[in-house]
Formats: sequence, C-alpha cells, structure tokens
Amino acid sequence: MDYQNILTTCTYCGCGCNFFLEVLDGELTGTIPCKTSPVNEGKLCIKGWNVHEFVQSDKRLKRPMIRKNGNLEEVSWDEALDYTAARLKTVKAEKGSDAVGFFASAKVTCEENYLMQKFARAAVGTNSVDHCARL
Amino acid sequence: MTNGVAELEHSDVIFIIGSNTATSHPLVATRIFRAIENGAKVIVADPRKNQIADFADQYIRHKPGTDVALLNGMMKVILDNGLHDQAFIDANTESFEGVKAVLEHLDLDASAATCGVPVEQIEQIAKDFGSADKASIVYCMGITQHTNGVNNVKSLANLAMLTGNIGRASTGVNPLRGQNNVQGACDMGGLPNVYTGYQPVTLGAANKKFAQAWDVDELPSGIGLTIPEMFSKIESDDLHALWIMGENPVVSDPDANHVEKALEKVDLLIVQDIFLTPTAKLADVVLPGASFAEKDGTFVNTERRVTRVRKAIEPVGDSKPDWEIIQEVSTRFGYAMAYESPGEIFEEIARLTPSYTGISYERLEGEGIQWPCPSEDHPGTPFLHRDGKFTRGKGLFHAIEYQPPAEVVDEEYPFWLTTGRVYAHYHTGTMTRNSESLDFEVSQGFLEIHPDDAKALLVNDGEPIQIASRRGEITTRIMVTERVEPGVVFMPFHFEESNINKLTNPAYDPIAKIPELKVCAVKLFKAAS
Ligand code: SF4
Repeated sequence: MDYQNILTTCTYCGCGCNFFLEVLDGELTGTIPCKTSPVNEGKLCIKGWNVHEFVQSDKRLKRPMIRKNGNLEEVSWDEALDYTAARLKTVKAEKGSDAVGFFASAKVTCEENYLMQKFARAAVGTNSVDHCARL
Repeated sequence: MTNGVAELEHSDVIFIIGSNTATSHPLVATRIFRAIENGAKVIVADPRKNQIADFADQYIRHKPGTDVALLNGMMKVILDNGLHDQAFIDANTESFEGVKAVLEHLDLDASAATCGVPVEQIEQIAKDFGSADKASIVYCMGITQHTNGVNNVKSLANLAMLTGNIGRASTGVNPLRGQNNVQGACDMGGLPNVYTGYQPVTLGAANKKFAQAWDVDELPSGIGLTIPEMFSKIESDDLHALWIMGENPVVSDPDANHVEKALEKVDLLIVQDIFLTPTAKLADVVLPGASFAEKDGTFVNTERRVTRVRKAIEPVGDSKPDWEIIQEVSTRFGYAMAYESPGEIFEEIARLTPSYTGISYERLEGEGIQWPCPSEDHPGTPFLHRDGKFTRGKGLFHAIEYQPPAEVVDEEYPFWLTTGRVYAHYHTGTMTRNSESLDFEVSQGFLEIHPDDAKALLVNDGEPIQIASRRGEITTRIMVTERVEPGVVFMPFHFEESNINKLTNPAYDPIAKIPELKVCAVKLFKAAS
C-alpha cells in the first residue's frame, strides 16, 4: 500500500486555497486542508473538500478524437497532433495568420497559458489570444 | 486586488458591491466574518439580497445596472460633509476637479430615485464609509459585467481615492477574481493586447524583446481580437480556425445560440478539455487535457499570490498535460518547443516578466509570493500603491455620469434578469457537476422570483416556468424567495440543460469588452407542466 499527501492549490475559485491531495495506490481518495497556508489557514469550502471527486470521473476524456463523417472518433495522439498542426498550417497559408484565434484559459496553469500565447504569437503570428476573464 | 485577503480582517468598514462573497469566494468571506467579530461595519449593495447580505450592518438594494448612480450619490454626501481626504487627494492624485464638478451638480434625490435607494440610506452608508480610518471595497462580476463596467470600476477607484483608502493595509479596491487562475491567465499574456506582465504588444521595445527571446524575426504588433470579436469574425468569414483550451463558451458566454452557430460555422475548431463539454461536442478535434491533480505548474490567486500546483497522480487514460499538448502541436507546426518540465517554462516567464523576476519554483516552496517581486531577495508585495505611490505616478480621477444599461425593461419584457452562482457549483459546472457530492447539493437550475410576482403569474414554488428574452427562451423551475425584489429575477448559470446564457445580452463595454451578463430584460409565462 502506497499512501501519499501532495500539497497543491485549489482549481475552483480565485481564493486559491492550499490543501493536500490524499493518494492511495495512485488513486485520489480525499482532500486535507493545509493549516500553514496563509490563504485558508486550515479551512476549505464545500467545493474544495470535494475537489478530488471530479478528477477520476468516468466521464473524463481519455483519448483524442477527430470528426470523421460527422462523428467524433477516437484516434491516436500522433494522428490527432499531426492533423491539428497540418490543418492550422493550411489555414495560416491560405487565409493568413489573423484567420486563427486562441482561447487561453483561467482553468489551466500559468505555464500552459504562457505556451499558448507564445504559440499564437511566435508560431502562428497573431495576437488574437483571449480568455474568459470577462465572464 | 490592490490588497491581500487577510488584511480584510482589520478593516473598519468593508463595502461589498456586486459580489456574493459567501457563495463565490467562501474563504474571502471567512475574513469578512472575522472582521465583523473584530467590530468592522459591513455594507452590502446588490440588487439581490445574497447570502453575505444576511451578515451586513446595512443592506442596500439598488436597481440592476445603477451602480454609478449609487456611488456618485455616496461621493456627493462625502464631499458635502467634508469627509473626503483633501491631503491625500492633493498629494497623490490628479483630475479631481472633474469629479468634483460632477458631484457638485449632482441632484442627490434624482440619483436616489434612479437606483431605487432612499436618500437617508445613501447618506448613512456614505457617512460610515467616509468616516472610517481603514475602509476596504470588495467587488466582483456584479460590477464588471455591464456595458458600463469600466465606469463602475473607475467610480469605485474614485471613492477609494476620495477618502484616501488606498495604499495602506486593510484598505483598497479589491476585485475578487472569479476563476482560480484568471489572474494568472492575464499575467501570462492570455490577452490580445499584452505579453506577460502586461507588456504591450504595441510597444516597440517589448515587441523586440519577445521576438528575440522567442527566436523569430518579428512578432505581430497590432492588437488582436477579443472573444466577442472572434465570434463576429467567424460570421464575417474572416476567422477560420479556433483553438479553445479549457473553456466552455457555449455555456458561459452571453447569447449562447449565437455562440453555438459561430462554432458550428468555423472551418477548424480545436477543443482541449478534460470533459466532453457542449463546446467540445462541436469540435473537429478534441484533445484530452490533464486536470490540476495530474500535472505541475502554478496558479495565481485573487490577491496576486503565485502558488504551486503539484502532480499527485498520473494523467487519467491517455490524457496529457496541456503544456505538453501545445508543445507537441507547435513542434509539428514547424516551431519547435522542447521544454522538459513546467519548471523550465516558469524560468523563461520569470526572465521575461519584470513583476515575476524574483519568483522561482524554489521560492514557491513556502507560502507563495505576491507579485510584483522584482528580484530574488524581494519579499513580494502584499498591497499595491504603498503610501499613495501609484504605478502610473499619480492616481487619476475620472468624472463619470450615470448611464442606463443597454437593455431596459419595457411592456413586452417587463422583468430584470440577473445571473450568478450557487455555493456548490463553479462556472459552467464542467467539474462540479461531475462531482457526486456537489451535484447532490444542487442538481438543477432554478429561477428566483419574488412571492408577489409568482402569485401574479399563478406559478407555485417548484413549478416550471418559461423565460424568454429577445435572444432565446428556456424552461426551468421557480424558487419563490424574497432575496429578489418584485420585478427582478435571478438564475444561476451552471446548468447546460437550462442554459440562461441563451437569454443574456452580448452587448459589451466599449473598453473592457465585458458583456452585460448581469442585466437584461425578460418576460415570464407559466409553462405547461
Ligand atoms: S476551497 Fe473553496 S474557497 Fe478555497 S479555492 Fe477552493 S473553491 Fe475557493
């Protein structure tokens, strides 16, 4: 039996509470608030206490998909990534850099947002990157 | 936020406007409850008597979309009674004369009538706020999601500067950021006009610096498109590909029917998410990302605190961390990226971003760091504008007059509709509705309506009702409550099967481009049960 507690930050609201995710043999089993966090000082709200539940939901997307004959069909990563890159390239070549737009996200990490805007600006050549800060 | 969350505990007066803090930011609400225990006065202004209002000394129910009328009224009372901080204004601000002129000509009775609040109440809260030593302003989307959202925010800044409540602990203008890493997404340049740390894309020096760092000959220097503009450009055949990462605009954006049409039309729609959201269902390519528990990285909270996210388990199924997905597409696109870890990406961010220069994963091992943090020995910055030293030099007053919302009630659409959250859910419900315990708490959408209105419509608590605006129509159940006043209805937006954003108004603020989600006109009729 392998039991670990991993300190991390809540993915729900902007309070940014810190807690430990309890991991038993590679599965999330619970959430323990962090007492030394200056943000939440050992407290959590109902969303935080249950934050581990959605992660291993059966409904999680597990494989990439491409629309073929009108339906989304599971494909390998290689196929999905090649297809995405090739089609983006075609749009850029035929319609120009500003024919591509990007939604960054308030729900992924800083590093991931950074990479998305870097890809948009440096690789595709457009500043059309936005996210739903306004919503 | 200009100030830290913990500082709220020591405020003398906390003025909360357009924020249902107890529901949307529970751990900020905790600090407000402690402040009350410490003797602070809490004033809540909101068209809906939300949960935090139950704990307030004074609850002000103003009409939807009339924040400027209320705030100007308060400032007039403060000025007329000499409760303003002339020394602070003289030393630290400019353009006060314009505001003064507006306030001197303001008819307090007319403002009171506009916002539907008695003059005596406006006088009382103005005096409480104006005579406090340390007063904090807390606001959220109830202030910003309006066609005049920028004016609302500027009015709050006016109020703070007028009374010298900025640049000290336990004061300030404090927007609560709705989503966990909205601050981070903005800081990282997830916006059409800036690179990381708000360095403008239009500024030659910044443009050159990033081109060099990213090893390209040139970078685009014109401001890009905002989300509403991207949808219009799809319609006009100017935008042909859209890559959406971790967003669900079909449920979160105003005028959802229109959004759905645009997403169906765009030639290439790439959606990267952890669930098959209504938005992902429309995609040409779906890329399964990993959740926060399956990767390393950082989030930035509402008080600008950068903290670590740590990998606890392996990615579920074949999903991959979003940074890996972007990197692999980029390399295949012809722009090679080869980061070994998020830590390596963060080092690049710190190198290119003055407000992050002193932050590193090693330093984040402790309690996190509040930016700006310009060097490795800098402790971080709990509150901004210390001693009235504003980032831009002097604090700028803006003279603002009240303007009504873009859509107002009329004979055909006689009810004001406003939207928000419930305690157990988050945003479009992608995560919380897949959490058994949370879905059990609140599993369906509902419309809050005043008992008098419910009676007039012959609908009982729990019965179905049809709601329609000029843009769409949905059916839901009603919840009879006095949290809303007659003529106003409220509905949460987490539920895709009764998606209230089919009705909301996409008209947006001309500067911030924030849509007017918080107010539109609707009609109601009894639905066949
Ligand atoms: S635990 Fe609750 S209050 Fe804390 S960040 Fe998560 S959702 Fe927000």
